[in-house]
Amino acid sequence: MLDVNIIKKDFPIFNNQPGLTYLDSTATSLKPQTVINALVDYYENYSANIHRGIYSISEKATDEFEKTRSSVAKFINADPFEIVFTRNTTESINLVAYSLGRRIVNSKDEVLTTVMEHHSNFVPWQMLAYENGAIFKIIDITDNGFLDLGTENIKKNIEKIISKKTKILALAYVSNVTGVINPVEEIIRLAKKINPKIITIVDAAQAAPHMKINVRKLNCDFLAFSSHKMLGPTNVGVLYGKKEIFDNMFPFLMGGGMIKEVTLRKTVFTDVPQRFEAGTPAIAEVIAFRKAIEYLDRLGLDNVRQHEKEIIRYCLDSFTDNFKKEVVVYGPQDIEQKNGIISFNFRNYHPHDIAQILDEDNICIRAGHHCAMPLHERFGVSASARASFYLYNSKKDIDKLVEGLKKAKRVLK
Amino acid sequence: MTLYQEIILDHFRNPKNKRKLSNPSKKATVINSLCGDKIVMEVEYKKNRVENIGFKGEGCAISQALTSILTEYAKGKTKEQLKKIDKDFMIKLLGIDLGPNRLKCALLPLEALRKLI
Repeated sequence: MLDVNIIKKDFPIFNNQPGLTYLDSTATSLKPQTVINALVDYYENYSANIHRGIYSISEKATDEFEKTRSSVAKFINADPFEIVFTRNTTESINLVAYSLGRRIVNSKDEVLTTVMEHHSNFVPWQMLAYENGAIFKIIDITDNGFLDLGTENIKKNIEKIISKKTKILALAYVSNVTGVINPVEEIIRLAKKINPKIITIVDAAQAAPHMKINVRKLNCDFLAFSSHKMLGPTNVGVLYGKKEIFDNMFPFLMGGGMIKEVTLRKTVFTDVPQRFEAGTPAIAEVIAFRKAIEYLDRLGLDNVRQHEKEIIRYCLDSFTDNFKKEVVVYGPQDIEQKNGIISFNFRNYHPHDIAQILDEDNICIRAGHHCAMPLHERFGVSASARASFYLYNSKKDIDKLVEGLKKAKRVLK
Repeated sequence: MTLYQEIILDHFRNPKNKRKLSNPSKKATVINSLCGDKIVMEVEYKKNRVENIGFKGEGCAISQALTSILTEYAKGKTKEQLKKIDKDFMIKLLGIDLGPNRLKCALLPLEALRKLI
């Protein structure tokens, strides 16, 4: 396991908030000192705009900004010109829906997603289908929380769902509620066999912080994730796109920084990725994001994943030992098939009450539908409590969670 | 200080007026989409006064307890008196200040009551 006591020293919040038990990294992660320092360093020493100034601090800012693009590309095995910076995963997905989706989806075509999506990978496609008169299709899940594609013969089931009419397939790599890891590579391979022109979009917001991603191996057309869930600053989203598709796409936002030439009569757009980065971006945040990637590289994502597996196992075992059937956990419980997210309900208590009582002891969990209302409806509940783990969490945090739940039981009983 | 004072827990465990009316004058349903809380409130007026009031619903301890407390308070009041109930009054009923997120839970029964006036 990772040595959490050493890791915690890298995160100033643990020093400033003694006794903090942070179990909501799926919403946003905490930030190491190196990331915070990089933000300050930009503002204190070279806070100039990028791609503009013919002076040294602007050139330095541009250089640092582009270094992050290279780091991100390397992180997911892509090329730097395939990386577009947005504000967040939501904006990345909307970019594809607006710039490409609205041009290729016609009436009676099909747009396919799954019932386990975060609203950010659900609503844009639902709206697109509605506006373009297309059919919005949804892959269901099994009661165990797996995509309902059968275990024996995924191929046969996918052939039933995907056809030449399916223009878009949007799916999560990892569910933000159950933590289930979807067989994305296999699904994309089978989908492209049926319809080589299908556009595949992977929401990797919950995968990128926790496991190695290889876009070449996945062979997805687009992949989106956010910096702030993987130790980086807020307001930086990543959109990976295959060069040949990106090159033929119309811009999403128009304005400064995305043109080659503007005359009174016409505008010539610049090349990708700048074509999709209109306006001044979150310069300091993008620059500091590289420090987050460096931090993850230094620890090693395989070690992070291994660490999380042990925490999940310990949490699930602790729930069973202490509460037996009073706790209902949604989704798979096999640690090989899920990452560090546990959504649950405890007795008949409302998740908000549980979260509130835990907060009295400085334990942070999420309560509600976690921006995944269709999935909660599928499970037949309106809300759940969610504890999620990252590289700075230890078994001690789980012990505190269990104590907190015992307290909730004493209060609400 | 804990939100879960004895009075709240008391009303949460043993809610008052949690029943369906046989002859309601009006019925309102309110939902807090953030957390899925739902309250269905019914009222029976007699000469502009609340003769009977009842509710059904599911949700957190705060919203359920406050609905119970509010319905108790509303009994026998005139519509004009009920109109005067505002956010501050609800917080006073609760007896403790709430954070912005939980305020929505506390105000849900008021939203239902206002639909019945």
